[in-house]
Amino acid sequence: MSSEEQKILTTDGIPLEVSLKKAERKNKIKAFLLVAPLLLFLLITYVFPIGDMLMRSVDDKMVTKMLPKTFKAMEQWDGKELPPEEVFEAFYFDYKLLVEEKTFGKLSTQLNYTKNGFKTILKKLQRKMKKFEEGNYKEQIMAVHPRWENVEYWRAIKRRAPAYTSQKYLKGIDMYKNEDGEIVNVPEDRQIHRVLWLRTLEIAFFVTLLCFLMAYPIAHLLATLPMKYSNLLMICVLLPFWTSLLVRTASWMILLQQQGVVNDFFVFIGLVPDDARPEMMFNKTGTYVAMTQILLPFMVLPLYSVMKTISPSLMRAGKSLGGTPFVAFWKVYFPLTIPGIGAGCLLVFILAIGYYITPALVGGASGTLISNQIAFHMKSTLDWSFASAMGLMLLAGVLAIYWVYNKLVGIDNIKLG
Amino acid sequence: MALPKYTEPHYRIWHYIYLFICTCVFFFLIAPLFVIFPLSFNAEEFLSFSDGMKRLDPDAFSLRWYKDMIYGTKNPWGLAAKNSFIIAIFATLGSVLLGTVAALGLSSRHMPYKGLIMATLISPMIVPLIISGVAIFFFMAKAGLAATHTGIVLAHIILGTPFVVITVTATLSGFDHSVTRAASSLGSDPVNTFMKITLPLILPGVISGGLFAFVTSFDEVVVVLFLAGLENTTIPIQMWTGLREQLSPTILAVATCLIILSTLILVTAELLRRRSERLRGINR
Repeated sequence: MSSEEQKILTTDGIPLEVSLKKAERKNKIKAFLLVAPLLLFLLITYVFPIGDMLMRSVDDKMVTKMLPKTFKAMEQWDGKELPPEEVFEAFYFDYKLLVEEKTFGKLSTQLNYTKNGFKTILKKLQRKMKKFEEGNYKEQIMAVHPRWENVEYWRAIKRRAPAYTSQKYLKGIDMYKNEDGEIVNVPEDRQIHRVLWLRTLEIAFFVTLLCFLMAYPIAHLLATLPMKYSNLLMICVLLPFWTSLLVRTASWMILLQQQGVVNDFFVFIGLVPDDARPEMMFNKTGTYVAMTQILLPFMVLPLYSVMKTISPSLMRAGKSLGGTPFVAFWKVYFPLTIPGIGAGCLLVFILAIGYYITPALVGGASGTLISNQIAFHMKSTLDWSFASAMGLMLLAGVLAIYWVYNKLVGIDNIKLG
Repeated sequence: MALPKYTEPHYRIWHYIYLFICTCVFFFLIAPLFVIFPLSFNAEEFLSFSDGMKRLDPDAFSLRWYKDMIYGTKNPWGLAAKNSFIIAIFATLGSVLLGTVAALGLSSRHMPYKGLIMATLISPMIVPLIISGVAIFFFMAKAGLAATHTGIVLAHIILGTPFVVITVTATLSGFDHSVTRAASSLGSDPVNTFMKITLPLILPGVISGGLFAFVTSFDEVVVVLFLAGLENTTIPIQMWTGLREQLSPTILAVATCLIILSTLILVTAELLRRRSERLRGINR
């Protein structure tokens, strides 16, 4: 018998293998077509715009496009002494065009970011330029203002030649490229972002810890109580979970204000005198208290779902083998709850690190987080490229946390209630 | 939870400490919500309990702020509520439609690159909201959809679909595919099979996903803050502005209504979850 005859054929004479593959491919395409609308929608409206953020955060084409001739002429210049006549000439014609288009203001703002003092000399140049004669632009420009004779300013212009920049990212961690192109720290009294990053991490960490310490006992209680009691108590966890974030923040604002219920209570039990009520809102305390309560259900639910699967006989077995209840808990029960702890902590930490609304309302100046800074640049200063850079740094941090978590615990172990 | 009689005294003490801690945590979780109720009936303009309220004087309570919420002049709550409901309803419909169809595809064992695609589909839930807000704003600004209802609805569809995808895939994971094959073998076409067999069985999952999507949209403020113009104001935006500028008791009246709404949603979600568990129990 030859191998040809051994092949199993379907009724219409096609080898079974081929027919099966065809059917398989058809199924694959069918499944994919079902997913395609949502996938396409998310790619267009969500994933690509995140890529757009990346482009915006490194984009520095503005000056490059405004001074094309100058940068071309500067390619030959080594930057040690004043540039040659060609550079001055190119700069004169570039700038003249900008003046005619009335966009020279943008250039002075941009160059002023790189080095202070450009605004004055560009303004002066714009006024004097009308009387310029043809030829020998170097002398004519230098005569406008002594700063044009300073090689530092020409180097500053040259630094803006590349179309891409890491400047926004450096600014996000309080660093910058100095005149020699070295990356250095911003003077200490002007560092604001590092403090914010550290505070965000600190608050996220302690909120996670507090949530864990509070959620563990109640998740245990919920998992071990008989169904009819635990269902009732579960409402205490689920009602805040389903209630609007702003409603919960509002109730904390009422509770924590100086004439609020918590302060009234402290005065009533004599903890603080009536005329020295502590400030509990618009600072870190407010952020901690409100965020812990708001994020607590996210810790309780995964812990509960894991604890429910642990059989109570395991603890009894531990005890009957001679362990004290504490030993039995620590050696038997606790290790079994680790997937729940991991999922809960990951969830709370990630949510806390990107929190915006609650810190903005109860945090004051000392309780705001990095998200508030991003929103500030989006809405107030309109420095969108900086907001994008900060957002992407935050995103990178979040993805790194997921990666570490996946290595340690495995992302598939996450359960949400 | 009664302790056995033979429990030693110091464990007994530990047990009561444990119960005490649990009580405190439950109190911490739920008590803040209940401060809002009495204060929303305050007759005065302050956000703290007046002396009259502490004495339970009936004159110290009134429906004044509820009237202000509904009839108040120049008051934004009517428009905000209308916008919120319109946006949330359309966003929910969109999320449920796209999410359910995608979940059907994802649950098929023939789906290629399942992990990667699933990660992409649920990414809006994982990425911090502020970043989603910035990205979605850039897209809507380019597409000319900033400050339109359409833009906000699309944004909320993005944020709502992950919940639908997750709940429906979870429901489908206990789904017995032989019933759909049985339907096909009896001559039913795929659409008919879906409407008559699959949909009724996964409906609890679809509805609870839809509830999540509805709440997400109804409560969403970060992205809307970037997108909304004056015409598109929503309840969360009004609350946000109110809480930042001046805390008026009207906000508490609105908050009370929202708490009642969330209680209704909670009850619905719980009933659905139990029904879904029952249905899947039969399949097993």
